[in-house]
Order: sequence, then C-alpha cells, then structure tokens
Amino acid sequence: MNFLTSLADRDRVFDFLVPAQSPVDVRHGPILYLEDVTVSFDGFKAINALNLTIDDGELRCIIGPNGAGKTTMMDIITGKTRPDAGKVWFGSRHDLLAMNEPEIASLGIGRKFQKPTVFEALSVFENLELAMAADKRILPTLTARLSGAVRDRIDEVLETIGLAELRSRPAGILSHGQKQWLEIGMLLMQCPRLLLVDEPVAGMTEQEMERTAELLTGLAGKQSVVVVEHDMGFVRSIARQVTVLHQGSVLAEGSMDQVASDPKVIEVYLGAEAEEEVG
Amino acid sequence: MWLTRPFSERSTLIFLGVLLAALLLVTALHLAVPRGHPLHVTAYTVNLLGKYLSYALLAVAVDLVWGYLGILSLGHGAFFALGGYAMGMYLMRQIGDRGVYGHPELPDFMVFLNWDSLPWYWLGFDMAGFALLMVLLAPGALALVFGFLAFRSRVTGVYLSIITQALTFALMLAFFRNEMGFGGNNGLTDFRDILGFSLRSDATRLGLFLATGVALALGYVLCRAIVASKLGRVCVATRDAEARTRFLGYRVERVQLFVFVVSAMLAGVAGALYVPQVGIINPSEFSPIFSIEIVLWVALGGRATLYGAVIGALLVNYAKTVFTGVMPDAWLFALGALFVLVTVFLPRGVAGLLGYRVKRLKRRRQDEEDTPTAGREATA
Repeated sequence: MNFLTSLADRDRVFDFLVPAQSPVDVRHGPILYLEDVTVSFDGFKAINALNLTIDDGELRCIIGPNGAGKTTMMDIITGKTRPDAGKVWFGSRHDLLAMNEPEIASLGIGRKFQKPTVFEALSVFENLELAMAADKRILPTLTARLSGAVRDRIDEVLETIGLAELRSRPAGILSHGQKQWLEIGMLLMQCPRLLLVDEPVAGMTEQEMERTAELLTGLAGKQSVVVVEHDMGFVRSIARQVTVLHQGSVLAEGSMDQVASDPKVIEVYLGAEAEEEVG
Repeated sequence: MWLTRPFSERSTLIFLGVLLAALLLVTALHLAVPRGHPLHVTAYTVNLLGKYLSYALLAVAVDLVWGYLGILSLGHGAFFALGGYAMGMYLMRQIGDRGVYGHPELPDFMVFLNWDSLPWYWLGFDMAGFALLMVLLAPGALALVFGFLAFRSRVTGVYLSIITQALTFALMLAFFRNEMGFGGNNGLTDFRDILGFSLRSDATRLGLFLATGVALALGYVLCRAIVASKLGRVCVATRDAEARTRFLGYRVERVQLFVFVVSAMLAGVAGALYVPQVGIINPSEFSPIFSIEIVLWVALGGRATLYGAVIGALLVNYAKTVFTGVMPDAWLFALGALFVLVTVFLPRGVAGLLGYRVKRLKRRRQDEEDTPTAGREATA
C-alpha cells in the first residue's frame, strides 16, 4: 500500500528522470581535484601519491623533468589510464574514475595533444565546424545546417585564435604555429570547462610563442587551463601558479619566483637553466 | 533541405546539364536521323551507352567510399552483381512458360536440374516492386553485416581491401554452384521482357538507356548531397585522421557503415540496370578482377570528385570496346599502360586536368582578396 501511495505522489522525481550528467559543481572552489593518485607500470611508479587541486578559471602551468609523470597525469584525468589508487574528481559531483573517455570529454574536459592534428583537406572554418559541440549522430550530422548562432560562435573562435583571415583556406597550408592555434580553437568549439594543453609552444618561433601566451592567458577566467610545458621563458610569461612534478609527485607549488628560488627545485630541474638566466 | 543542396552548386548543375544534353542528343540522333545516315546512332550503340552509364553509376558508388571516406573497396562488384541477380530473378520469372521446357513457373535451369518447386528465396520475384526492393536490400544487407563486423573491429586500409576481395571471391565460388539455385556458371539469361515491354525491341533499349541516365543523375545528386553535408566533411576528416575524428566525438564506425551501405545500394541499382541491357548475369561479375577494374576507372577519372568517376568509367569502357575489337589480346596491356601513365602524369586523374584551371583562377582571386584588405573574407 505504501508503495502505491508513493507511486501516486506527484512530487516524486523518479531516478530515470534525473539527467545522468548534471552540470559541473564548482561551488566549493576546485574544478579538478586529485588525491593520493598512484599508478605503476610494471612496478615503476609513474605517479606516486600525487595531490593536485585546480581552481575554477585558473591558469596553471605544470613543469618537471622528463619522466616526472606529466603526460601520465593528463592520461588519468582524461580517462585513458586508470590509476591503481586515489581519487580524481571534476567539480564536487563527478568522479572521473567512474567514467570512460567519451563521457569525460562530453563533460567538458578538452585535451590538446603535443603534435597538432588538424584536418588538412578541410578549411579552417570547417575544422572548427566539425569540432563544435553538437549532436554527432549520423542523421543530425547529415541534415545539419549552419545556423547564424553557430556561424557567430565559429567567427568568435576564429577571432580568438587569430585565424579569421585564413578561414576559407585549407588547414594543410597553415604553419606549425597556426595549426597549434587551430587545435586550441577546435578545443574551444567544444566549450570545455577545463583545457589540458600539452607542450603548446614546442617548435614555435619567438613571435608565435608570444601570441600563444596571449591566447592562453586570454582563455583563463572563462575556462580553467592546465598547461604542461618545458620552455621556462614561456612558463614565466603566462603562469601565475606553477606546479613542479618530480618522480610522480608534487615537488613544489607557488608563483614562478617562489618555485624558481626553491632549493629542491633548483637541484632537480631548474638548476642549469636558472643559472643561465641569471648569468 | 540537405537533399536539394547540390542544386545550388555550379559543378553539379554543369554535370546534370551535360548528362541531360547527352541523353537528349543520343535520343534525337537515334530516333530522328534516318538509318544509314552517318550521324544515326544505332540501337546497338544506344544499348552499349546504356551499359556504360550503369558502369558510371557503379563508379560513383565506389568513389563515394574510396574518394571521400578512404575505404578502398575491392569488392564492389559483389554489390553490383547482387543487384543484378535480383533483377535477373525478376526477369527469369517474367519468362513464364515461354522457356525451352515450357514450365509455367520454374526457370529452365531448375527444370534441367529436376527441381520440382521454386526455392523459397525465389518467391515474390515475379512482382516488380518486390524485386526492386531486393535490388536495394540484398546488397544493402550484405554491406550492413560485412561493414558492421569490419568497421566495429576497426579493420581499415589494406586489410579491409583484402577482405573485400575475399568477400567477392567467396560469393563468386558460391554462385558457381548449381545447388545455390542461381543457375550455376551459366547464370540467368534468355530474358524476354521487363514490365511488359519486350527486351528485344529498340524502344525498350532506348527506354533502359534513358532510365540508366536518370538513375545516374539521381545517384550523383544523392552522393553529392552526402558529400556536401556536414557528414561529408566528417567523412573527409575520417579519411585523413580517423583517430582525431573519433576524439572529436564522432562515431566513426557508424559513419563508415552508413556511407558503405548507401554505396552498396547504389552499386546494386547499377547492377539491376546493367542486367536487362546486356541480357545476362552470371558469377563472372563477382570476379575479383572486375572489382579492381572499377577502382581503376575511378583512379583514372580522378578520386573524390564524383564526376571524375563518371568520366573514368566512360573513357575506360569506351577504350575497352574499341581495343577488344581491334586487338583483343592487347587490352590488358593497354589498361596497364594507361594506369601507369595517368598515375605518373595526372596524379589527380582526368578530373584533375579539368579542375586545374578552375582552381588556379579561384586561388588567384582569393589571394587578391586575402592580401590587401585584412579581415574581409569570402565565406564560400
């Protein structure tokens, strides 16, 4: 009888009516929260009791020598690698360890890989169009039309990444730096909450680096951005907060100057370069 | 409406215009010019051209999956032949009791094999509507099952090409068997009429030629509509960087399956139009060499243009007719030489030759627009 009255209760919200993916909850501050994460490959601990917190809208740089676990950390956040232990939360509602890659991507975590891959035969505009967050099943894609709102959104991103003049040219003719920007633009089209950017300025010229720095600092605030980078000059030019990884865990955290003057950091990583810069 | 989008493209309108003009010209020269006049187009030629047009439709189907999706199918002859067999079964049932053995229901070869009733899969083929449905469904179903298994397992590139060869070869061996009930190595032939019109009359041949032309036009527009849609751009993206496309959230294997099935159905229609015009369908259409030849037409004409596939199919088959008439033994050498020459000197096929001038003009115009006034750009 109780069961029947519960069925008749008009205020009741059935489980299946609650959307499976509710928006990211960042009321409590951090958008990304890693606690005691450990991964080992064949006994080698690539990540060792790593703790990391990224605030909403923050631009964070992660540096560290080769093998410090930077890429593995990205893999864990995007669901590519499963940790052996630890917690990974996106906002305070989403347990990323319980999700697979596409689910995490659709939740709003975009990742840019080291090597730019754009669709060379398609125009810059079309590259962005394909990357846009939309219904990606067959029939909606077949019948999709470019609405004014979509066009505006693409124009906006084209302006942001500075490729508006090249919009109708094939992406194959772009320079290396321009391809990197296009990739970032493709990520932006997916309206991510958190952007993971892997070595964005590798192989760039001085000028291209400056523009990339402008681009990434411009994004912070609207999106949270995590940048993994080797180039110290570049990190110094964009970072407010720097995290130094070493042997799979956090060695130091703070502003670039704090980190650079930390004796532990100088010893393992910055040593040679810091001396160069001073001298 | 995505289906009408091609009608606002200049290249499509030019293609349709040229095709329509050619159909009308052949019709006029066949009907209005008296027999014996040098400009008269004989019924034999009309029939031959109809055959070429069905090959052209087949080439368009192959270009859709190869040129735009990057799936090199070396087994499209199988879908063509299945469509042909569906049509052949309908034509066999239309013979009725006029066969050699005069059996009211059974085709001659079944009487010859001492069968006493129609196998279940021959039922319904006396109805044109059902046969037409099967022309689409038989190749479509095969493509669906084959594609589902292949694309789900992410079989691509040369491995997929080899499997498609194996598919068509296996079907050829199966259809050679008398017990399959499709006439063994003789196939289906001795057709009398289609939809009540005698297949031996010139008027029916002209009608079939025109029907094939219309089918080619419709098939072209359908492919063009797919290619010009966002899905078409997803296809090109899949062709060039499959993993990246998947990472953007597209279900690549479903896109591949969808386009593969559409292409197989088009190939089936081409086969169904081919069979009444040549008067026979036998397992040789399943032969792997035929499927490779189709790919050669597309390569010669120019990949990823659709109209290039049409040009390639027409040119190569015309050359084949001429060559096999003059020097039958030299044809395969000529085909090989043609392929080598085109690959070396015209990497983008005959269509590339046509497109070159247009592209250069466009590029120049665009450069002029891009350089002086920054920010002002043409959205094509």
